[in-house]
Amino acid sequence: MLGGIKGMMVTIRSTLNGLRRPVTAQYPKQHLPIQARYMGFPALTWDYKIDEPFCTACMVCIRNCPTLCMSATMKDNPLQQEGKSTRKKIVDTFEINLNRCILCGICVEVCNFDAIVMSHEHEMSVYERNGDRVDLEPLLDMGKQFQQDTAWVPPSELAKKSGAKAEEAAATSDSGA
Amino acid sequence: MVEANVQDINADGEALEMMVNMGPQHPSTHGVFRMQLWLDGEKVNRVVPHIGYLHRGSEKLCEGEQYHQVITLFDRLDYISNFNNELVFCRAVEKIMGLEVPERAEYVRVILCELNRVASHLLFVGTFGLDIGAMTPVMLTFRGRERAQALFEAISGARMMHNYFRVGGIKEDLPDNFETMVREVLDLLREDAEEADRLLTYNEVFIARSKGVGVIDADTAMEYGLTGPCLRGCGISYDVRVAEPYSVYDRFDFDVPVGLDGDCWDRYYVRIQEIYQSLSIIEQALRQMSPGPISAMGRRLIRPPKGDVYVRSENPRGEIGVYLVSDGSDKPYRVKVRPPSFCNLSALEELLKNTWVADAVVILGSLDIVLGEVDR
Repeated sequence: MLGGIKGMMVTIRSTLNGLRRPVTAQYPKQHLPIQARYMGFPALTWDYKIDEPFCTACMVCIRNCPTLCMSATMKDNPLQQEGKSTRKKIVDTFEINLNRCILCGICVEVCNFDAIVMSHEHEMSVYERNGDRVDLEPLLDMGKQFQQDTAWVPPSELAKKSGAKAEEAAATSDSGA
Repeated sequence: MVEANVQDINADGEALEMMVNMGPQHPSTHGVFRMQLWLDGEKVNRVVPHIGYLHRGSEKLCEGEQYHQVITLFDRLDYISNFNNELVFCRAVEKIMGLEVPERAEYVRVILCELNRVASHLLFVGTFGLDIGAMTPVMLTFRGRERAQALFEAISGARMMHNYFRVGGIKEDLPDNFETMVREVLDLLREDAEEADRLLTYNEVFIARSKGVGVIDADTAMEYGLTGPCLRGCGISYDVRVAEPYSVYDRFDFDVPVGLDGDCWDRYYVRIQEIYQSLSIIEQALRQMSPGPISAMGRRLIRPPKGDVYVRSENPRGEIGVYLVSDGSDKPYRVKVRPPSFCNLSALEELLKNTWVADAVVILGSLDIVLGEVDR
């Protein structure tokens, strides 16, 4: 009897909690907040300073991908010939089969040019067959969206900044000692 | 789902033994697992387990991947406790290379592994209650587990397939508000665990269904190679974290809970107690942790020297071991996994002999198997 009442109290408490603030998000209309580090589909970033992609199609991510879901080709960079860019080669085509991708983030880790990011894009329903095989243009669009949403700074620049800061700190602590 | 056929009929036309198929799509088998039960009325005469429905050839796939890619495969072995799997493979490669992991990385690994253990045990408590017929605890424990998973997502970027541990350290440092986040989650986890504990542990119906069911004595358990909570439920205090301390586990003060009778209730209660122990380990680790480097390797290509190594650690389900053979190239020559659930499952035949068919689900549930790891 006592146990029954105790058990009922749990139910009543949970019910009241649920009535006060419902926790269910009505999915297609309402989205849960995305964590800053969330790893969605990989996307290619855009270098706004020169107005070209960061990617030089060096194939490092493609060789390191555990599921072999990407492919790319490179071309001579026309902007370099005009003297606007320091990149000799630039990405010509890039294809990712998002259905094969396991979102492990290895491609981002091995990239030497800050060219690929794990975007916050995660919905893979499409209307046409093979619609998840995305090529360069949608990849860059996804990347631009991600850069805009998160105020993205290239990790190499961040590392330079923090490295300079650390050196500064070390110098001040040395002088202090 | 369940199909019956008469196996043997005596001269009077009475059925002596009936074969019943349970699974592979039965919800209580926790995955794609099939049991063939031979019943005499309500009594189980013998059982033949059929595994392999989820076989993906992980061990063979490891031979074709570079070392840093293999970690993604280990995520997918025991998909309830991914961090623990990543840890054991990273430790195997570190041992063969003779790498010293920075202290901060070790603490981060311990915290995440223990949180993962709590999340895994919470899932067990909920589904074990469900197996017995208690609907409420699963709501509470799933809420708690989801909080832990959200924390993992904030740290590693993925809810389940984290790919966060690296050979020689971890992928990236923790977010700035990590400590407040963890402390918040710890309190909530403790609340959820306590509530499920209060509802379930001394519940009369629960005890009636699980106490004295599926008893296995210590000697038999050791012969079958049971490890983890299944072995500790029989009263043997064996935990790899204590017996052969790895990482920084020797710096924490924690108990190894053991059971008395080796029945389903003991196996359940050992896990409940382990949740509290793990929470206390996390609190100690948070106090001891200090900033510092997080990786001994950096981004160099992993190319271990020739040789072989065996490394074991404590998974939520028992002792997971990795036997790794390296031929000096950037891919492993052979990776053999000693999966805890597979070895625990081997005792099923013994456990189910001469029990009631209604207890079969309870006994299977108390072993807490994960089919991704059993079949690999």
